[in-house]
Amino acid sequence: MKISFNINGQPQSLDIDGNTPLLWVVRDILDLKGTKFGCGKAACGACTLHVDGEAVRACSYAVKYANDKRITTIEGLSNGDELHPVQQAWMEEIVPQCGYCQPGFMMATAALLEQIPNPTDEDIDNNIVNVCRCATYYRMRKAIHRAASIQSQNTKTQTS
Amino acid sequence: MRKNHRTYLIICFVIAGLTIGFSDPKDAPTELNLSTSDTRYAELTPEKAFDLMMEVLTHKRCVNCHPADDYPRQGEDSHIHNFGVQRGPDNHGVAALKCQTCHQDENNNYSGVPGAPEWSLAPRKMAWQGLTRVEIARSMLNPDNNGGRTLEETVHHLTEHELVLWAWEPGVDANGKPREKPPVPKAEYIKAVKAWAEGGAPIPEQ
Repeated sequence: MKISFNINGQPQSLDIDGNTPLLWVVRDILDLKGTKFGCGKAACGACTLHVDGEAVRACSYAVKYANDKRITTIEGLSNGDELHPVQQAWMEEIVPQCGYCQPGFMMATAALLEQIPNPTDEDIDNNIVNVCRCATYYRMRKAIHRAASIQSQNTKTQTS
Repeated sequence: MRKNHRTYLIICFVIAGLTIGFSDPKDAPTELNLSTSDTRYAELTPEKAFDLMMEVLTHKRCVNCHPADDYPRQGEDSHIHNFGVQRGPDNHGVAALKCQTCHQDENNNYSGVPGAPEWSLAPRKMAWQGLTRVEIARSMLNPDNNGGRTLEETVHHLTEHELVLWAWEPGVDANGKPREKPPVPKAEYIKAVKAWAEGGAPIPEQ
């Protein structure tokens, strides 16, 4: 079936089996390798990307549901050369160790900050449930608070 | 040698033919055979209909998403849903971890994640976990609990809502194992709900 969507600001149109997981479309057909395969059963969150601004686990999302949607992967998180607050914070707090799970965490965090701009630790506990085997969780928590602060400063700068 | 080989093949085919010919397709269990041969579904009084209906509504495929607290249940043992998912402000999860983060409109048999339209928790007022079948039925008919539905609207929901009917097509889990369906076939369940409602929706004492 023909499926059309916007990915990272670019229109895309594919003729494909509609039940193909979006993860494989993103990685194998569109060659965007930032979104990772971790478990294939929506348990780890490594495949998290955005569909119309909402966090979605792409390994369990048939591409047919992406028709006419706006997809954002980790490659599309920044605004041109301007880093997203999450990316900036992740660098400042030196979060990654092996790095494999990080795109999923960053996309989940970006989705969280869209809806809860200043999350508490409890909000982070409730919303960010991806799995990291290198146990960088404590640095992630710091980075999430830092990202919220950067985002808040950016918002103030834009409105002033 | 060639003649013996041909003879051997002929004997094999005869044996195969006899085996297939004497096998009885009626031995293979089918939903249709269960419903036509099971006397439980004959002579459906409203009281019997209630029993059949509640066999379904107390099944884990239903109760897993009608919890009494803020955590869906999952699996055949109805353990608390993995990964810390929770009800959220509108029964659809929390900001970055909504039901639709993983669950879509159909089962995903690649990942083992079940799906149906409007996948979410039933509101707290429709909690069934821990209730007896009588308590569930009374709650179901109480407009304060059931979202203001009339009996007719309740019957419509119970017999036509895709999320309710998902219970008979629950897909497979992450290991490829089919989920257990309710103990009453779908067609018989629907007949039972309607027969119960048409008979005045009686609820027994126990």
